[in-house]
Amino acid sequence: MKKVAKSYHRLMIAAETKRRRGAETLALLLLVIFLKPFSNLFLAWGMKGMPAEVSMNPLFYVKAMFEPLVAVGMLMQAFWLLFRMKLLSVADLSFVLPVTAVGYVLTTLLGRIFLHEQVSTQRWIAVLLIFLGTAVVGSTRRSNTL
Amino acid sequence: MKWILLTIVVVTTVLADLLQSREMKAAAVTGGERLGLVPIVKALATRPYLILAIVSMTVSFFAFLALVQTQPISFAVPASAATFVLEMALARLVLNERVDAPQAAGALLVLAGIVLLGR
Repeated sequence: MKKVAKSYHRLMIAAETKRRRGAETLALLLLVIFLKPFSNLFLAWGMKGMPAEVSMNPLFYVKAMFEPLVAVGMLMQAFWLLFRMKLLSVADLSFVLPVTAVGYVLTTLLGRIFLHEQVSTQRWIAVLLIFLGTAVVGSTRRSNTL
Repeated sequence: MKWILLTIVVVTTVLADLLQSREMKAAAVTGGERLGLVPIVKALATRPYLILAIVSMTVSFFAFLALVQTQPISFAVPASAATFVLEMALARLVLNERVDAPQAAGALLVLAGIVLLGR
């Protein structure tokens, strides 16, 4: 009887650990999904304030990194990069890529709302196709760890 | 110019992602099944391919800054989804990860979206 109780206790601990790891991975995934679109928004916002012509001089971009909005975008990207690396250590690239690609759609939406970009119907269809493509891939989750 | 910048962004991102995935998996095998942020920073210092991944990311980042400086992000970011299609193909070929028929079909949809963006 004692043995059965002990085995049951062990099973419960294993299930709890699995559940907690699943929740952690999900939180990590959500962070990775949302950080990138917002970082893109801040980077674009900051870069729009720089001189209009594209520079081949790397120093120009080093200077750009000190623009406050670009700096905020970079900080978000740095965290995104670390969280994404952590995610890649527990999930396959062919799972992480399609799921986080939803960020392409979120970025377009942020561009439309905050940067007042004109997004034509054709562009929305293109973005929708990209979204559908990622949804199809995301629905075949055999190689993930969630 | 925007297509040249986009190509630089796509190719360097793909290179960085593949190297990152390969190296982080190797680090996970030697360092336990789950990595904390400190072991990841440590892995950065000791793995040359991971450093190459960071260099690729830096080039990609500067090219991306140049791209969003002159192009709307509603073009620049979805167009960079080309990395996704290329990476899926390479993940299959280089990393030997499994890519089944629905995943391949999804990748084709994404590709169609990118073609439409460019028109």
